Amino acid sequence: MSSARANILARLRAAPKVPAPERPDWQAQGFNDRLDRFRMMLEAVHGEVHVVTDETWRAHLRKVLAEKNIGRVLAAPHLGVDWDDQVAYDSPVEDFKDQLVSGIDACVTTTRGAIAETGSLVLVPDSDEPRLSSLLPPIHVALLKAEDIADNMAQIMEAQGWAASMPTNLLLISGPSKTADIEQTLAYGVHGPKELIVLVLQ
Amino acid sequence: MPAHVTPPAPMPKDVYYFGTCLVDLFFPDAGLAGMELLKHQGIRVVFPQGQSCCGQPAFNSGHKSEAREVARAQLNAFPEDWPIVVPSGSCAGMMRVHYPDLFKGDRDEDKAVAFASRVFELSWFLVHVLGLDTKLVDKGEKVTVTWHGSCHSMREMGVVDEPKRLIRALSNVTLVENPREKECCGFGGTFAVRQPEVSAAMVADKIDAIEQTGATRVVSGDCGCLMNIGGALDKAGKPTKPQHLAEFLLERCHGR
Amino acid sequence: MGADFSTRAHDALNNPQLRANFRRAMDGLMTKRAAQFEDQDNWNALRARGAAIKARALARLPDLLEEFEQKASANGIIVHWAETTEDANRMVLEILNSHGAKKVIKGKSMVSEEMHLNAHLEAHGIRAVESDLGEYIIQLAGEAPSHIVMPCIHKNKGEIAQLFTDNIDNQPYTEDVDALTAAARQVLRREFASADAGLSGANFLVAETGSLVLIENEGNGRLSTTLPPLHIAVAGIEKLVEKLDDVAPLLALLPRSATGQAITTYVNMISSPRKPGEKDGPRQVHLVLLDNGRSRVYADEQLRDTLRCIRCGACMNHCPVYSRVGGHTYGSVYPGPIGKILTPQLAGLDCAGDLPHASTLCNACVEVCPVQIPIADILVRLRTEAAEPSASTAVKGAGSGHSAVESAVWKGWQAMYANPAAYKIGTKALSVLGNLIPAAAPLLKQWTSVRTKPKFAGKTLHQLAREKGYDNE
Repeated sequence: MSSARANILARLRAAPKVPAPERPDWQAQGFNDRLDRFRMMLEAVHGEVHVVTDETWRAHLRKVLAEKNIGRVLAAPHLGVDWDDQVAYDSPVEDFKDQLVSGIDACVTTTRGAIAETGSLVLVPDSDEPRLSSLLPPIHVALLKAEDIADNMAQIMEAQGWAASMPTNLLLISGPSKTADIEQTLAYGVHGPKELIVLVLQ
Repeated sequence: MPAHVTPPAPMPKDVYYFGTCLVDLFFPDAGLAGMELLKHQGIRVVFPQGQSCCGQPAFNSGHKSEAREVARAQLNAFPEDWPIVVPSGSCAGMMRVHYPDLFKGDRDEDKAVAFASRVFELSWFLVHVLGLDTKLVDKGEKVTVTWHGSCHSMREMGVVDEPKRLIRALSNVTLVENPREKECCGFGGTFAVRQPEVSAAMVADKIDAIEQTGATRVVSGDCGCLMNIGGALDKAGKPTKPQHLAEFLLERCHGR
Repeated sequence: MGADFSTRAHDALNNPQLRANFRRAMDGLMTKRAAQFEDQDNWNALRARGAAIKARALARLPDLLEEFEQKASANGIIVHWAETTEDANRMVLEILNSHGAKKVIKGKSMVSEEMHLNAHLEAHGIRAVESDLGEYIIQLAGEAPSHIVMPCIHKNKGEIAQLFTDNIDNQPYTEDVDALTAAARQVLRREFASADAGLSGANFLVAETGSLVLIENEGNGRLSTTLPPLHIAVAGIEKLVEKLDDVAPLLALLPRSATGQAITTYVNMISSPRKPGEKDGPRQVHLVLLDNGRSRVYADEQLRDTLRCIRCGACMNHCPVYSRVGGHTYGSVYPGPIGKILTPQLAGLDCAGDLPHASTLCNACVEVCPVQIPIADILVRLRTEAAEPSASTAVKGAGSGHSAVESAVWKGWQAMYANPAAYKIGTKALSVLGNLIPAAAPLLKQWTSVRTKPKFAGKTLHQLAREKGYDNE
């Protein structure tokens, strides 16, 4: 296989050299009211945005879960979610798969921030909130601090120093799972969550 | 990509006219109309008898050396430093956009680059150099027309609104825009005979869209499109008539 | 299915359902894209940035590949290099066999289509299950994708409803899109849960961080790259970008150009396999970098621009030919304008020489390409390489389109059009006698199938200009 590597690189190096062009200036958008833009963009793709506070979010979450007739909720214990039928992702997926694939109705996760321009959440899954948490349950509730909403992707990437320490997995999530593969008709929840609810803590 | 940046300054006294090979054989009245429009604005129009074709048919067919020799004959036929006005966005695009590449490394490269910079599409020249859109006096009967923008005119020469500005300046003319105005009519030079069925499907859709505008005339700035669209309208027995913009303007304003 | 573009186009053009499906879909996609780029200044600045990012990455490609390999390897991703699709297929099979994998769940990957990977795996006893809804549908139908972003765009819901009833146990016939989607979710979730490996492509490979960036709407890409214990990605060597922050402008271009979305639902950045203490994610991540002719294309400065492509599909959505004949007519994995330039370069002009001619050169594709690939210029270049090859060795099958008759015709054309005296005599003769040419003559026959014969005017413009006293100099 190393000969393939050497051959490919040799062919590329033998090609005519052209100067690498500089990147011309381009500015992503900025917003006076980032929360407003975030909400507008996320709602446009079928996401829900609820503005709450540090004090009210648990009660609000409880109300939302009850309204949606949710049974079992997946959440990291340290979040202190107020719900009786609650499990934690506390063992490797190999031991947790059956429950995760079909036994959970909703999950609650934190976020690393959000992007106003596109209505995107930034998630960095870790051992408390592993990668599949935000993907397999039919409803995903995400907690977002209002001050963590950046104007655009370039800005949040720079501010949080992504390039210096990329985690195993970094996700942008902009709405529930969807498809338009059948006659351009939108359908939600094709593989991932059918609903995405963002609780913005102000 | 829009090729035009600034009008030539000062206002030229003399312009060259490149009639194009298609106009020469099939639409000479359209070609002449363009020359008359320029003349009416007090410009001396020079038509070099040594001109023939921009070379695009061979160029687009992959026969570059033949295209280059025919193009070289044009470089030689237009020696003075005057604007070269062309009543076709496609031929103008060939000369303005592709000549510099066609002659890259050739003994006539400098000449080709200078030539290219002197090429102007007719309607653009009428609007931006002569301000004709503010001077037209419509003497014709009431008529409803639609406009067909040619692909190369729009996408190589950056001529999109100029022809419509001229048409809208005519008081008795109603311009009904075709929602698929910017879609190719299916001509494409040799494409029409290399892929006759695809081309036929494209022009069939085009004439349907034109018919839906209710216009009695379809006006365009490129005789390749007009030959295709007009031939299809004729074969289908549709009443809509094709006409080159220059001929249309001349007929409306100077009666012909 | 016919053997060349023309015969396949004939079939497609005579299929009213297919034409209606494409027309409706393309009209919708064009409208949605246009709404995303209403601000022309921003669009121009953004695409100039996108084009420069890709051109810059290509200019530094060998260095970036090495940098990427070094970073990705340090992160624990195993990088493989494949010169051909056969090599790539063999590598994927070896990795799967070494894990005893019997079932692979696939996220959408055009490179895996280019490899014909599914057939290769099936032949070696491994089941490959497509999980993108569109890909799943065409896998059920035993067909190839007809669009690079929307693989089953040629099918309507009636056809899909029937496929589901025929292939999914206890599935009643329904054209309700939500019900069809729910049925696929149920079937595919079981497949995900029991898959031994996941396979995906990659939209961008970031040299700076050794990361794979995958974008999608459904979540099947995330599932394929997270749930099974093994993840294998396949990607062309041209997917490299230099810096992580190059991803932001490219993401601002790709989904908006493709489907008119501000962003896809998921942007999935993968930089390593599961680390100690992490509870999910594959324990091994492999990346197969595929050349398959790309380094040959790279050898030519003009053709190299082809490799900027970010596979958004805007060129096909806006193509007046594609929207009438659909993707299968192209007879290759990559249809539409990008396919017309990419396929002949990867497979050779001797294999796909008709594709560069299946265009009116209308430039609609060039106008919307988010990375400014000069598609029309490359089409003309490929026509030239086929007819009269240059010294460049970058085009496989150069000269294969050479025809002595055609060359003689163009030589004759040159003799008349490059010589004013010959032109004068020739056009005079044509303007007088041209109308006697019968409509059934070669070339005119094709023309007059739907059009009347062009009429020679009797007098040329040259004559009229002389008669009206226009100066000659």
